[in-house]
Amino acid sequence: MTDTIDLRPGFADPVIEAQNVFRLVLDAMARPGRIATIPESLQPPSPLSVGAAAICLALADHDTPIWLAPEFRTPSAIAFLKFHCGCPIVDVPANAAFAIANGATVPALDQFAIGDDAWPETSTTVIVQLDDLAVGDGLVLSGPGIETTHRLNARGLRVDVWGEWRANQGLFPCGVDLILVAGNRIAALPRTTTVSEN
Amino acid sequence: MPTEHSSAATPEQSAERRARQRWMSILAKAEFSDLDTLWNNLPSKPTWTVVRLPEIGMVMARGRAGGTGQRFNLGEVAVTRCAVQLEFGAVGFGYVMGRNRRHAELAAAVDAMLQTPSRRDALERAIIAPLTLRLDEKRLNRSRKAAATKVEFFTMVRGS
Repeated sequence: MTDTIDLRPGFADPVIEAQNVFRLVLDAMARPGRIATIPESLQPPSPLSVGAAAICLALADHDTPIWLAPEFRTPSAIAFLKFHCGCPIVDVPANAAFAIANGATVPALDQFAIGDDAWPETSTTVIVQLDDLAVGDGLVLSGPGIETTHRLNARGLRVDVWGEWRANQGLFPCGVDLILVAGNRIAALPRTTTVSEN
Repeated sequence: MPTEHSSAATPEQSAERRARQRWMSILAKAEFSDLDTLWNNLPSKPTWTVVRLPEIGMVMARGRAGGTGQRFNLGEVAVTRCAVQLEFGAVGFGYVMGRNRRHAELAAAVDAMLQTPSRRDALERAIIAPLTLRLDEKRLNRSRKAAATKVEFFTMVRGS
């Protein structure tokens, strides 16, 4: 009966901190590729990063199924998400509102829900954990929310993902959105953003 | 989500669960002042981390007319809940009626401690038993007061 799973605390001040993270994600989505820094108040169970855990605590609840890549399905990570978010953990990526995966092993983007024309917002938001995220050479982003172009260096992402991203853009208004996370730094790539490698 | 844990419980598990239900219920129903006094008299207290800060919410209390009739919504009551984890792992939950955050935290802490077999007997004696006594006393008092207002009606049997 004694629960030996290490259940980490959530936000110290749930209302203020969740609203703060919500605002950061909102701004990140509005300004694709711009890096937002989430305060380091959480100590989530590995392999969840501070950024991924904070996004889940702020946005996920019992109405948002979460899909976890196999390497994230540790007892303590599942217990953490179920306890603090109350969210169901699903086995099929296409059933998830949010998905958490590593950059190197993220499934093909067409595995996730893309929504439909009437409800395009029901697609999956894929949270991708990377080794590093910085402004700099690497990706060239353009599209709504970016005045001309924006440069982003996302290290640790599977190389063929950008081919899938172009296919994802063809689905507009449907399609998945990405949130890139490295530690407590996040950058969002909504489905409207065009990415070219340089 | 499948709820495999509730259907496939072994007898020991369900006995454990009943025991836990009993003490959680007593901790929730106890007067805060009683619990606080007993807690302060405890010789050794563990340290814990608060996994979920005490938070206040509403739950719908439901009843059945006459105890057996149709279910109906009686009204919403304020409930405070809290979860704590002791340093050696046990997670305790406290759900108490009202808005007393400290009550919820103490109930959660005692629940976590009671899950630790080495502490259970001492804690049962120090906290749960006295609280049970107080609750029984209160219940008896209330039913005695109610019994004093009981009216017996006698009707003479009329011959035909």
